[in-house]
Amino acid sequence: MRWDWVSDHGSDILAATRQHVELTAIAVGIGLAISLPLGLMAHRWRRSEGPILGFTGALFTIPSLALFALLVPFTGLSRTTAEIGLVTFTLLILVRNIVAGLDGVPDEVREAAHGMGFRPLGQLVRVELPLALPVIVAGIRIATVTTIGLVTVTGLIGQGGLGSLIIEGINRDFRTPLVVGSAGSILLAVLADVGLAATARLLAPWSRREAGQ
Amino acid sequence: MSLPGDVVTWFTTGDHWRGDFGVPHRLYEHAVMSTAAVVAAVLIALPVGIWLGHRGRGGAVAINLANVGRALPSLAILALFQQAFGLRGWPGFGARPAFVALVALAVPPLVTNAYVAMRGVDRDVVEAARGMGMTGTELLWRVELPIALPLVLAGVRTAAVQVVATATLAAVTAWGGLGRYIYDGFGQRDNAQILAGAILVGLLALTTELGLGALQRAVVSDGLRPQQRRRSTEPVVVTA
Repeated sequence: MRWDWVSDHGSDILAATRQHVELTAIAVGIGLAISLPLGLMAHRWRRSEGPILGFTGALFTIPSLALFALLVPFTGLSRTTAEIGLVTFTLLILVRNIVAGLDGVPDEVREAAHGMGFRPLGQLVRVELPLALPVIVAGIRIATVTTIGLVTVTGLIGQGGLGSLIIEGINRDFRTPLVVGSAGSILLAVLADVGLAATARLLAPWSRREAGQ
Repeated sequence: MSLPGDVVTWFTTGDHWRGDFGVPHRLYEHAVMSTAAVVAAVLIALPVGIWLGHRGRGGAVAINLANVGRALPSLAILALFQQAFGLRGWPGFGARPAFVALVALAVPPLVTNAYVAMRGVDRDVVEAARGMGMTGTELLWRVELPIALPLVLAGVRTAAVQVVATATLAAVTAWGGLGRYIYDGFGQRDNAQILAGAILVGLLALTTELGLGALQRAVVSDGLRPQQRRRSTEPVVVTA
């Protein structure tokens, strides 16, 4: 383990970390933007729920490397390829949790809101979504942590953030960047997990047990 | 020559079906490694999870185990284990670290899953069993395990798909398996090979998921069929 390499390449490591965070943030952001409408749709129209969950579930079965591999011949070794793959994997997690969260709102609450005069949209925004929030944020947490892991794999298609350090270490048979990349991505994932768990608890103080999971 | 045409050509090239680099051999490697890893992980994780669930102990640890396991990027684990356990160099030497890494990644969710499955057994049923005079052991084998079985099997199925997926990645750390076609394809810029590898791996993952699903349906007794619309707040799977 060459510590001089680490100090020499400090800026590279930081750049890789920033790229890693960027890739993750974009993927989860886009994933959320797509899954919110999908989840709402699945929740509202029962008949769409099966196909939506089934389709996203099927996508999730595809090993990550295979999904990126399927994209490469079409979109090349680019950031787009990485993001398409990453977003796809967040979809199942997020859609499932959004649906589960919304379904978890007790019927009595819905009825009470209706009785208080809430119109459907107002009811959704001011009653159902806040109550569904812990489960949804739990989904965001899982999606983020999973994505951080998957970003390392995108190192194989020229992206990768800290994953590119791991790949470099493997290719050059050089332990230092490998360990730095590995430890860095693990650390990033753990930090994200803990941070989001704390955020979840802050956002929904009324539900301790669910937010803690 | 179009890409679909190239892929078909790739599949119909005789050379690709023979020898150490051929599909049958790589498929065999991949399947054997995955099966061995899942079996090992199940042998380690299930007794622990079931026991903890039966006794009601260590809940916080058991549940957080899956969280910790999920946070670990698979590629990082594979790479670190290769450094720790493996002989560097040519493909074939990567088997031992890959195996250990796969088992290590599969154990945490299996433990958590088994624990949650056991705790999920209706307390009333447990009380009734005790009231009938069952000892702890009888309770475990005749009541709790059969009831917990569907969820445990679902967890094993999820773990199996995850292991198949992660084994694909192990091609990067000097192993073989179907992932090699993808990895080599990247290196050789051979799109047909990349796609062929992806298709093969995808098929294997799908087969595993469906096959174990059928097994699950066959084994679980009718009275315990899970309902059609299961509400799970957290997916149990991480594919690589």
